[in-house]
Amino acid sequence: MNHVIDRDVLERVLAGALRTGADFAEVYAEDKRSTSASLDDGRVEQMSSGRDRGAGIRVVAGDTTGYAHTSDLSERGLLDAAAAAAAAASSGGGGAKVIGLTPRERHVVNSVVQSPTDIAKTAKVELLQRVDEAARAAGSEIVQVSAGYGDSQKRVLIANSDGLFADDEQTRVLMRISAIANGDTGMQTGFQSMGHTVGWEIFDSVDVEELARDAARQAITKLRARPAPSGAVPVVIKHGSGGVLFHEACGHGLEADHVAKGASVYANKVGELVASPLVTLVDDGTLAGEWGTLGIDDEGHPTQRNTLIEDGVLTDYMWDFLRSRKDGHAQSGNGRRQSYMHLPMVRMTNTFVLDGPDDPDDIISSTDHGVYIAKLGGGQVNTASGDFVFGMTEAYLIEGGEITEPLREGNLIGNGPEVLRDIDMLGNDFAMGNPGTCGKDGQGVPVGDGQPTLRVKSLTIGGTAA
Amino acid sequence: MSGSNSSTSTSTGSNGAAPDGAELLAIADRVVASAVPGEQVEAYVSRGGETEIRVYQGEVEHFVSAQAEGIGIRVIRDGRTGFAYAGTLDPASIDEVLADARDNLTFGTVDEWAGLAEPDHVPVTDQVLWNDELAGFATDRKIELARELERLSTSFDPRVRVDDANYSDASGEAAVATTTGIRTWGRENGCYVSVSTLADEGGETQSGFGFSVGRSPTEFDLEKAARDASDRATRLLGATKPASRRLTIVLDPFVTAQFLAVISATLNGEAVVKGRSLFRDRLGEEVAAPIFTLVDDPTDPRAYTSTEVDGEGLAARRNVLIDDGVLRQFSHASYSARRAGTTSTGNAVRGGFRGTPGVGALALQLAPGERTQAEIVADIDDGLLVQSVSGIHSGVNPISGDFSTGAAGLLISGGEVGAPVREFTIASTLQRMLNDVIEVGGDVDWLPMRAAGVSLVIRDVTMSGA
Repeated sequence: MNHVIDRDVLERVLAGALRTGADFAEVYAEDKRSTSASLDDGRVEQMSSGRDRGAGIRVVAGDTTGYAHTSDLSERGLLDAAAAAAAAASSGGGGAKVIGLTPRERHVVNSVVQSPTDIAKTAKVELLQRVDEAARAAGSEIVQVSAGYGDSQKRVLIANSDGLFADDEQTRVLMRISAIANGDTGMQTGFQSMGHTVGWEIFDSVDVEELARDAARQAITKLRARPAPSGAVPVVIKHGSGGVLFHEACGHGLEADHVAKGASVYANKVGELVASPLVTLVDDGTLAGEWGTLGIDDEGHPTQRNTLIEDGVLTDYMWDFLRSRKDGHAQSGNGRRQSYMHLPMVRMTNTFVLDGPDDPDDIISSTDHGVYIAKLGGGQVNTASGDFVFGMTEAYLIEGGEITEPLREGNLIGNGPEVLRDIDMLGNDFAMGNPGTCGKDGQGVPVGDGQPTLRVKSLTIGGTAA
Repeated sequence: MSGSNSSTSTSTGSNGAAPDGAELLAIADRVVASAVPGEQVEAYVSRGGETEIRVYQGEVEHFVSAQAEGIGIRVIRDGRTGFAYAGTLDPASIDEVLADARDNLTFGTVDEWAGLAEPDHVPVTDQVLWNDELAGFATDRKIELARELERLSTSFDPRVRVDDANYSDASGEAAVATTTGIRTWGRENGCYVSVSTLADEGGETQSGFGFSVGRSPTEFDLEKAARDASDRATRLLGATKPASRRLTIVLDPFVTAQFLAVISATLNGEAVVKGRSLFRDRLGEEVAAPIFTLVDDPTDPRAYTSTEVDGEGLAARRNVLIDDGVLRQFSHASYSARRAGTTSTGNAVRGGFRGTPGVGALALQLAPGERTQAEIVADIDDGLLVQSVSGIHSGVNPISGDFSTGAAGLLISGGEVGAPVREFTIASTLQRMLNDVIEVGGDVDWLPMRAAGVSLVIRDVTMSGA
C-alpha cells in the first residue's frame, strides 16, 4: 500500500487539505479484495469476487468535520477530494502548512499463515459442499441448507496532519450455515457461523462439518419446541453465546460520542457501581484471530485492551480521535469505519465479560424455574433509555434445576443498567461467541463478543405461553 | 432503481439537455459486446453522489460529500453463474472484472434454471424520479434546513433536546445491459431530513425521531418532522412496564410498514422455490382476514420507492399478492420465476453494483379502510397503541412464523389512549396475526420505506411485561 500512495504525495495532499485554515486533516486509503461463494438448495449458486479501492479525506476545523472520498488514488484525485473535504469544513482563514510524516512500525496482532487469496477457489467450493452434506446427513428432517463462505484482504494506509503514518493488513475468513428442518409443526431453523481475522489455516482447527451438524441439530430440536413463556423469569445464558447481551446492555452506552451528547444512561457514572460486582467488562481489539481484532483502528491508533467495567465499577468509556481531542482524553483504539467511504466514529472491537467464580453446572442446578439460552440472536438498544432487546434462537426451559424442553424463538427485553445489576451468578467457563456485525449510524463493522455462563435474576421473555 | 427501457421514451422529469445515460450505457454495451458464443453477459453500471450534513447545537458537526461508481458483471455459461465487481469504471479494471466473473463461473454448480432476464415487453410506467431543483440546491440552504429542523424540534417542549439533526440527499444513475436484449438506463434523486431527540424528566431520558422526505427540499414538512420527534420522546416519559396479558394492538403506520416488510419475506418467490416460505403450498388459499389486501405497486407515484424498472431491467408493475385474504401470487425475479414455471413479476432487487439481483418487494401497500386512528381507538376497550418496535431482525422468523419484538407505546383503555408503557414485548405468529387482523385504517402514510404505513388492528396478541 505504501507504494500505492507515496509519502510525499500524502504530505502534499494533507497540506492541501489544510489550506482553508482547518486544524486537522487525514487520509484513509484502502485496497480490498474479497471473494465469496454461496451454496443453497444443494448448488453452489455463485462465486463472486470484488475489488474496492479508494481514499477518504477528513478535514476538521473547530467542531466541524468535512469528509470526501474518491476511488481515484492519483495525486490529482486525492487533491480534488482534499479540496472538497476542506470546503465542507471551511472556516475561512487560510494558511500554508508543511506536513512531515513519520512511518509507524506496524502493530501486528494477527499472524496469517496462508492468505485466503492464495487458496484455489475449488477448495472454497469444496468446503461448502462438505457443509451441505454434513447438515443433510444430520437427520431426515433437514429439508434445506444454505451456506456461505467469504474472505477478504484489506490493506489500509492512514496518514494525518499530526504526522501519523500507519498501515495495516487485515485478513478475514467467514463461514455461515443455515439449516431448515420440517415437521408436523411446520419449519424450524438452525444457524451456525465462524469468523476469524486469520488465514485459511483456520480450517485446520475448525471442523466445519461439526458446525453444520450443530446448525442442523438446532433446527431438528426446535421441531418439538413449545411456545416460550411470557413474562419475567430467571435466565441462564450459555458461555460464548450471550456476549451480545453486554454489547447491547452497556457496550453502546459506553461509546464516548453517545456519552458526550448525554444520550447514554452511563453518562457521568465513571467511578460508580453500574453492574453486579461480579462483572468485569473489557473491550480488546488485540485478541489474536478474533472477529473484531485489528492492528490499528481506522484512525491509525494501535488497538489495545480497555477495561470498561471492573468489579462492577465503571472505569472508562471507549474513545475515537475527535472525542479524545475534545475531552483531553487518551485515544483507546476504538475509532472505526465501514470503509473509505465512511466517517470514523466510536465503535466496539471484541467486547467481553471475564470469568467469574461459579461452576456452570451449579448455575443451572441452583435455578428452580427459568430459561436456559444456548444461542442468542441479534439485538438492538436505545442508549438513551437503556432499554434493549435480543433474540433467543436456541432456548430451553429450566425446571427443578435441570434443562428440559426446547422453546420456540422469541425476543427478550430488559433495561441495561438493571440487567447488569441483576447478574447474580457468573461462571468460570469463558468462551468467545460467533462473529457479529455491529450497526451504528448506517455503518456496519465486524465485532466479537464473549462471556462465561451467567444468570440474570430476571429478564422479560417475549413468548406467547402463559 | 429508476430506469426506462430502450423501447420506450425516457422520462426523467427534467428539462432541456437531460443526460440520456449514453456514457454508462456505452460502458455496459462494451462489456456485453465482448461476450463470446455460448455465454450470457450482464453489465450493471452505476454512479452516484451523496451529501450528508449533521448539525448539533447550531453548528455543522460533519459534512460528507461522497461520489461513487462501479460495475458488476454476471456471466452465465452452461448453467453456471459467476459474478465480479469493482468500485471503479476504469477500463482496465472493467476488463479484469469480466475475466474474474468468467473465472468464477467455472466453480458454480450447473443449474438448469440459471439465466438472465429476457425482455417481456411489459410497458414501462413513466415516473418522475429526477428533480432539477434538488440538483441545483445550494449547500448553504441545505445546512440551514438542518439548523431550522434542530431549532423547531426543541420549540414545542422545554424537556426536549436534540441529539442530532440531519440533511441528506442522494442522486444516482444506473444502466443495465445484457446479451439477452435488456438495455435500460435511469436516474433518480431525492432528499431527506431527520432529527433525533431526547427528552429528560426526573433522571429519566427517552428518545424520539422525526423525518421528512422529498424529491426536492421544497416538499419537506419540517414542522411535522420536528413535532413528531418532540412528541415521540416526551410521550414515553414516565412510561412503566405493563402487566402481561393478551390484548388488541393498533400498529402505528410506521410500525405497520415494518410488519409488511416481514410479511413480504414469506411471499418471496425465491424462498418459495427453495422451500423456505411458510406459505409455499398455499396459493389460492385464504391466509389472512378477508379485509386484508396486500399490493406491491412500484408504479404508484405516491410511493417513495416507486420505480420504472426492476434490478434486472424489466418494467416495474403492480402485483396483487393477497386479495381479500386469499394468497394470489408470489414475487418473482427471472430466476425464481423460471424455476416456478411462471414469469417474472418485475421484483428483482439489487443493492448496487456489488451484488447480483435477488427477489424483493418494491412498494407495498395495504388496501386502506375508512377510519382514522382516533376513531379506531374509540372502539377498543383494552388495547395497546404500538408506536415503536425493536428487534424485528432478531425476534421474527419468516420461516417458522414466530413473531416477537420489543415494543413501546400507549395503553388504550375504554376507548381512550392512556398511560405510556415500555420494556415489554408483543408476540404471536405471522400466520395468526394475518388472520387476526380486524381493521385497516384509512390513514395511509407514504413513508421512505418499501412499504406504505397505515394503522393496522390485530387482536389477541400477547404482551409480555411485568
